[in-house]
Parts: sequence; C-alpha cells; structure tokens
Amino acid sequence: MAAPMESATKGIRLSGSATSFQKKSRSKLIQIPGTKPSVHTGQLIISTGVPSLDCALGGGLAVGSLLLIEEDESDSYSRALLQYFLAEGVMSGHELFVASAQDHPDDIVKDLPSPLQDEDPEFKTVSSSNLDQQDAMKIAWRYQNLPKVQTVLSSSSRFGHYYDLSKHMEQDLLQNAKIHTFYLHEEQTAPTHLSGVLGPYSVLLQSIQLLIKQNGFDGSNSQVKTCNVLRLALHSLGSALWGDNVCVSPAHNHAMLTFLYALRALLRSSLSVAMVTVPTHLIRNKLIRGRMIRLCDTAIALQSFSDAERNNNPLYKDYHGLLHVIQVPRLNCLGCEVPDTKDLAFRLKRKQFTIERMYLPPDLSDSVSRVSKVQRTPVCTSDGNKHLDF
Amino acid sequence: MFAELNSILNTSPDDVTQREFILLSDRKADASFLLHHFLSFYLKAGCKVCFVGLVQSFSHYNAVAQRLGVNLVQAREKGQLVFVEALKASAAVMLNESSSDVAQLFDYLRSPVPELRALFEFVCASLSQAEAEADSSSPPVLIVDDLSVLLSLGVSVRAVLDFTHYCQAAICSRLQGSVVTLVRCDDEDDDDEDDDESSSRLLRALTHQCTLSLSVKGLQTGYCRDIHGQVEIWWRGTGENVQSQRKIFQYKVYDKGASFFAPGTSSAVL
Repeated sequence: MAAPMESATKGIRLSGSATSFQKKSRSKLIQIPGTKPSVHTGQLIISTGVPSLDCALGGGLAVGSLLLIEEDESDSYSRALLQYFLAEGVMSGHELFVASAQDHPDDIVKDLPSPLQDEDPEFKTVSSSNLDQQDAMKIAWRYQNLPKVQTVLSSSSRFGHYYDLSKHMEQDLLQNAKIHTFYLHEEQTAPTHLSGVLGPYSVLLQSIQLLIKQNGFDGSNSQVKTCNVLRLALHSLGSALWGDNVCVSPAHNHAMLTFLYALRALLRSSLSVAMVTVPTHLIRNKLIRGRMIRLCDTAIALQSFSDAERNNNPLYKDYHGLLHVIQVPRLNCLGCEVPDTKDLAFRLKRKQFTIERMYLPPDLSDSVSRVSKVQRTPVCTSDGNKHLDF
Repeated sequence: MFAELNSILNTSPDDVTQREFILLSDRKADASFLLHHFLSFYLKAGCKVCFVGLVQSFSHYNAVAQRLGVNLVQAREKGQLVFVEALKASAAVMLNESSSDVAQLFDYLRSPVPELRALFEFVCASLSQAEAEADSSSPPVLIVDDLSVLLSLGVSVRAVLDFTHYCQAAICSRLQGSVVTLVRCDDEDDDDEDDDESSSRLLRALTHQCTLSLSVKGLQTGYCRDIHGQVEIWWRGTGENVQSQRKIFQYKVYDKGASFFAPGTSSAVL
C-alpha cells in the first residue's frame, strides 16, 4: 500500500501548492490502467467489476486492501462476484491469481462473464424511461417536479466495465491475460516446519509471496519494472476441502486467522488487492467470524432469499437477496466514506448483477388496506350518524 | 489531536498526566480514531513514544498523523518515536525467512505456546533507554494497536494480560509514564456464552486495571450518518475523591478531527 499511497498524495500536494485553476500535472503519478485515485483519500483504487458495488464501498477497492465476502448459502452469488472481480482484472490488464480447493481455477476463469460492448445499460434504460414518461399518465401535479428516485447506485464518472453474465468471455481476451492459478490438490504437500501456525494455508501463502516477489509487485525486484496491479481471488476459504477444520472445531484461534493476518501484511507492502470468499455460516465458533472481519479491511455479506419464507414476502419480490456492508476500511484517514443508507439489496437480472437501495414498492393490489373507514366515534352532537363533510 | 477531547479529559500537551493506564475499547464501532488522537497528543507533548502497530502499516499511521499535524517520519528520525512494525514483519516471520533477531522479537507468531516476553523486553528497553539519556521531564509512553489482534494470532488472554501487567508495572510505576491500549470486541452479543478466550474477557480484565477508560459503541438505534456512535468515558477515583466519574458523549469523526457532544445534541438533530 505504501507505494501507491505516497505517490497519490504527492500528486495531490503538487496540485495544491500550485495556483488554482491550473491543469494538474499528472506526470509524477504512476499511471496504471484500471486504477484511479480515490476522491476522498487520494488512495489508489480499482473497481470490483460491479459498478454499483464500487459505489456501496465508497468508490472502489483500495490497492493493498483485503475484501471479505461472506458467502450466501449456496455460494452462487458470491461466486458471481468473484468472477466479476476477475473479469474486471482481465479487462484492465491486471495480473490475476486464482486459488481454489473446490472447482479447478481454470474452470472459474473459463466461465468469466463477457464484457458488454455498448456500455452502461443502466444509463440507457434510465434515458429511455425518461422518453416514455412524456406520454405517460400524468400524476398529481404536486409530485411532478420531484426528481425520480434513483435506486441503482451509480456514480457520475464511469469506472469499471459492465458484463453480460449470459455469455462467456472470448478466448483471445483470456489468453492475453496473465493468470496464475493455484489448485490445492495439485500442489505438493506442505513443508512440515510451517504447518503448525498456518496449517493448510502455508503453501498458499508461500506461493502468493513468491509471486509478489518475483513479479516485482512489492517494488523490491529492480529488474522487473512492472507497474501493474495483482488481483488475488481466493475462493471458499475455510471450507472443508481446504483441509480446514474451522467448520467443525470449536477452537478459538485458527490457522485461517493467522493466514489472513499474514495476507494482509503481504498486501500492504505490494500493489495487490485480494478478494476472499468465506462460508461464514458454516463456521462453528462464532467468535471467529468477528475476528475474521476485523482482520480484513472491507467486509460484505450476501444473504440470498433462497428460503421460502423470504421469497414469499412481497417486500422482497424484486430482489434476490440482501447485501450487508459490514465494514468499510479507514485507510490513511480518520473517517471513512459514510453511505446514506445501509439498506441495500441485490438482484441478478438476466445479464447482470446490480445492487440497489431497498425501497418499498407502492402497493397496487386490490387488497390494499387503506380504505378510509368511517369512524363511528361517539360525538356529543345529536346526530351521530352524520358525516362531517367539508 | 482533538482539542475537544482534551478539554473533556482536562489535559493539554503542556500538562500531561503521568502514570495513566488508558484503555480504549469498541464494540460495533471503530475506536481507532481515539488511538490516533493519543499518538499525536503524546508526540506533541514531547514524550518518548513506543508504538506497537499490529494492525496497519507505518504509512497509514503516518498519513493520519499528518492530517492531525504530526510528522511521524521526523519523530522517528529524531528518536522520539520507536515504531514496531509488527504487521510488516509477520509474513516473513511466519514463512521463516527473517533474520533471527526479528524472529525473536515476534516469536508469538510461530511459537506453539505464544508469549509476549520478547516484545515486552524490547518495549521496556527502548523506553528506559530514553529515560537514561533524555531530560526526563516528559514521561515515556507505550501505545498498542490493538491487543485483540494478538488473540486472533493464538496468544492466550492470560499471556496478553501478563504483558499489560508487566507494562503497567514497568512503565507506569517505574518510569512514571503512561500506557494506551486498544481492545476491539468482536463477539456478537455482550453477555451470553461467556467464552474463556473472548476479547470481552480481556476487556473486563483490563477495565479492572485501567485508570481511564474510553469505550466506544455504535448507536443502539442503529446506523446514522451524522452520529457515528457514543463514547463512554470513565475515570477511576483517586486520593480523596474515591468515587469514579462517568460521562457519555456522542461523536462524529471528520477528515481531520472529531467532535464530541452530549447525547441528543447533534447538529443534525437540533
């Protein structure tokens, strides 16, 4: 984190010391495709691949930070988020590192969503609906000038791409990308002297460290002058296939926590971002979940409406699940970007995944219970049955 | 450094209370802004500070301190600040790739029964060295961010309490200095299933030990954009007035500071 942060703040200070209304001299800044300095902190940030998620997290993911996704019950939506994250990396030319114990990383990469050629479908739909409104039914004049409530989270400047979940990414795009894979069952067994603290994750940590060192993401290797971002995607950490007993053991401290701490240390000293999905609902000791969140920078939880009870609730009929933003990072500043609302929901349309503000739809059904009942209040007048009419 | 908090606590950089054991804690909120306050406060007061950064990198603390008007790089070069970069060293120590003296200092990362003895000895040595050479008008200070991370790394509550107790004895009593620690509670509920190794157990033990406690909580009514939470300040009674004092404030954190106000008097509410 050190390198991008310092350069970014330096750039801002340069522009601050110059007189106002001058063009910013950006020559001193490192220009890495797919990154931009954050509006709030000057931190270098990247997109998660879902622009509405970027908005919910205050612009994007800071380079050098760790995002924890608590999986939904069937790991379908969290997996989609992971693939978005990787697809955005392919489109921005970042290097990728995919680690998994369940599906082969090549399979995860093969299913990446294809980028949409005509960008910004949300914007298009908004503008087309504006046209429709012209000859739409007039509603009460009082409400005419109120702005349309925009439920989809989006920022003014476009950052990141939109993807079509129904198509897979073309092969030539994937071939140009630098993708490193880690499949647990193909790696050699762990060296014995480490397995005490890091348990099943020691091989994973070692290969991440080696990759960061060799490809010069930490700036130590002077021969490799790459200025690129490494995206790490670790799928279903803590599940039984990793050889982890966190789901069954009631112990307090766990190899996974130690691994997350070491990973955080590696990320902080290099140009890399990690997304980790964890099936937290399977973890036996509830203390571990809280500790895990504290060890990560950003934490979000996906809660899908797979159970029938929620599915039938008319309030949720437009959505597929709720998104809880549990923790937003405070990096290089005292406060963090505070969102307006924390009531967020996600929906998976045919082609894309969006996060929206939850709102109550107007109740248009016949059984609306707002019939103004005539109140038969005891009145002191002689004729109790007469309505007062103005 | 937040001027408002100084007036609440009735201190200023010119008049530092000695022998304080300050406990910062939070639950469902983030108390790290208080830690940055105390770091800049003691540096401005001219104290020799030893900072154990277990959570963030040096550049983070430096960036925040710069917003509060303190330069950590200069302070470190002057020798006023000793910064223990525990996070940065951890990966190399775990993978057994660091030099032996670094591995020795952070031996809690690898030992099967982790202890904090080496860390204590380092802290103590760096602070008493200052005592010997400096004018010794300003007391030495130890700041730890944060103790609950040690629990995640497998250090037992008992070992952490041993560490704080030794620190209190060495720094508060012998060197007339102060100790500031942060504990973050991560359990879901406060009272049920009282676990032996939970951070609330650590918090309770430290509350018994501390002289001043600032505990930060999220609002009971839920998330709010304009009020970030409430902080309960508790002073231990000393000397003639044995009765301890307790005050509750609500707070809001800004980019370069924080404001504290009585509950219900936020500018957004009034």
